[in-house]
Amino acid sequence: MANPSGGPEIEQLIQLLSRLPGLGPRSGRRAVLHLIKKKEQLMIPLAAALDRAVEAVKVCGTCGNVDTVSPCTICADPRRAESGLLIVVEDVADLWALERAGIGPVRYHVLGGVLSPLDGVGPDDISIDALIARAPEYREIVIGVNATVEGQTTAHYITDRLAGSGVKITRLAHGVPVGGELDYLDEGTLSQALKARTSF
Amino acid sequence: MEWSAEGLIIGVRKHGETSLILETMVPGRGRCFGLVRGGRSRKQAAALQPGNSALLTWRARLEDHLGLFTAEVTTMRAAVLIADRTRLYLSQMLADHLRLLPERDPHDTLLEAVLMLLDEHFDDAELGVELARFELYLLEELGFGLDLETCAVTGVHENLTHVSPKSGRAVCAEEAEPYKDRLLRLPRFLTADVPPEPGDVAAAFVLTGHFLDRHVWTARQIEPPATRDWLTMKLTGGL
Repeated sequence: MANPSGGPEIEQLIQLLSRLPGLGPRSGRRAVLHLIKKKEQLMIPLAAALDRAVEAVKVCGTCGNVDTVSPCTICADPRRAESGLLIVVEDVADLWALERAGIGPVRYHVLGGVLSPLDGVGPDDISIDALIARAPEYREIVIGVNATVEGQTTAHYITDRLAGSGVKITRLAHGVPVGGELDYLDEGTLSQALKARTSF
Repeated sequence: MEWSAEGLIIGVRKHGETSLILETMVPGRGRCFGLVRGGRSRKQAAALQPGNSALLTWRARLEDHLGLFTAEVTTMRAAVLIADRTRLYLSQMLADHLRLLPERDPHDTLLEAVLMLLDEHFDDAELGVELARFELYLLEELGFGLDLETCAVTGVHENLTHVSPKSGRAVCAEEAEPYKDRLLRLPRFLTADVPPEPGDVAAAFVLTGHFLDRHVWTARQIEPPATRDWLTMKLTGGL
């Protein structure tokens, strides 16, 4: 069959871009055509940036964040150590979301997933042992995993493992989201929101 | 191919960026999988959680295909389960147990028992009794039922106090006496409608755990549910 997208180099580029989140074969082809048209302004700088990133990107040996140095800039910041607060998150995207929210000088621990029997993810497959080792350095550990059944099972498992460490363990509140309408919420969430009510 | 029924969601797996593969237990159909397009959207992801029940419609060109699910949640239990550690672990352990069953093989009595365990508000002692009975019934449904009606040595039906760890058959008190340390204790509440005596629920979990391990977990080279140890300790007063 004739190759409709040019030579093998272009076809390979389309295939690779098609695997990126949000892109499929059609949008991958469009992106490649755009890159070819804007070779000087986009394609060459992108290739150079990718090359530099491949060389520079490291996974932080302390928290699991992605940065160009290890320990990452968050772990290396001495002001963050003073708060004594460690937030445990599922993956790097959650860490970045909390940083975007500007929650203050805290440190993080990225688990790299949650316990999931269906996916065959057990306690040894996520970064729990490293968290146990870090725990004594902190005053409080906030379990910031998702409010899903698997996320909360992981949270309880971590709490078990941290029992006896002497560190205060807390979790993010569950309840009515900003912009949420009460009549669209399920009974369990409403019940939890009522239990966790605060003074007004 | 198309069918509709109300089923229990027992597992959820991310598929691509926007979709989910739903694992469900459906009356008359057993453990069924299906793809939910857009299942990872904000609106749907919160509803499609293990423990919730949903009105499911499954469509596929051939019966062997994974198929597409459309799901409308009918009972939302997940938020309540998340709020209570015992019930959260219970739901995860029950899902792990149901996952041992073959796909598309109906086990309606087990499903009814799971729904009862999730919906009734038992105290720890009652839950321990019901869960031990459930595991015993699970063994039977998996084809490894224990013979707890007749003594393997004498054939009598009374005063059965132990079980052989190899054959899974009951042994009466007199015959069991010299080998007590090598036999598993058979609590009376597993064979009769009587309340458990102290230590009975723990003994029942040792019994069911032994045979699940022997016939299922070890044989299939899988780990026992990570939640079972904590849950059995909690329900037997060990925590």
